[in-house]
Amino acid sequence: MDKVLFLIFAGIALGAAVNLLRSRHPIHSALSLIGVMGALAVLYLLLGAEFIAAVQVIVYAGAIMVLFVFTIMLLNVGAEVPTSGSMLARYLGIPLLALFLLQLVRLLLGQYPPDQASSFGTFVGPTEKIGRLLFTQYLLPFEVTSVLILVAVMGAVVLARRKP
Amino acid sequence: MTVPISWYLILSAVLFVMGVAGFLFKRNIITIFMSIELMLNAVNLSFVAFSYVLRQLSGQVFVFFVMVVAAAEAAVGLAIIIVVFRNRDSLNVDDIELMKW
Repeated sequence: MDKVLFLIFAGIALGAAVNLLRSRHPIHSALSLIGVMGALAVLYLLLGAEFIAAVQVIVYAGAIMVLFVFTIMLLNVGAEVPTSGSMLARYLGIPLLALFLLQLVRLLLGQYPPDQASSFGTFVGPTEKIGRLLFTQYLLPFEVTSVLILVAVMGAVVLARRKP
Repeated sequence: MTVPISWYLILSAVLFVMGVAGFLFKRNIITIFMSIELMLNAVNLSFVAFSYVLRQLSGQVFVFFVMVVAAAEAAVGLAIIIVVFRNRDSLNVDDIELMKW
């Protein structure tokens, strides 16, 4: 059952990611990205990260992507104009990316043999424990992020304001 | 039936590489921004998988922080994109070349 669910949602994530790269119109890319995030939320659940799965749907697929879609609508973005792009990216980027992926896969397969497997329910990260960690061990970073959010909100308002 | 943990990590690696490819080859600045979000999501999947392997909740706390930073980044980045569009009337990165060499 785990394997079936993993294969289904990994397939959805990969397909949506391919669609993100393939589509010319940003709104299609945005909807594909929401698909990736939803599929990843299911994978988080399979790995026992309940809290992260919920936050993924609420914050990422909800709030952040609404912001993206809102901007796309606000600016009335049309389809992307295909240009030749960077030669450096094409002739150096693709081989290096392929090499990077190959190395990563080789390393991961070597480090984590197939017998090291996950099954649903053997490890669960309850929200209570994460909350406790956030307010004890990670209290300072947690408070700092609130300052970061405040600065980001003010920065966004200042930047996007129409100058008189 | 169990799922090998390496599958999750390889899926994460593939998604990350696709994000980098989108960053390199897309021309629309909003799509480039979305590719960055894709990379962040890929890394989050790695964090959760490692959290499972090591039976440590710290990985999930880190995912939480990554999400917070991503939210802040999206807010500021999209504000910058709006300003750029207002000044240049274009979202194509080929038109935004003042700081390119």
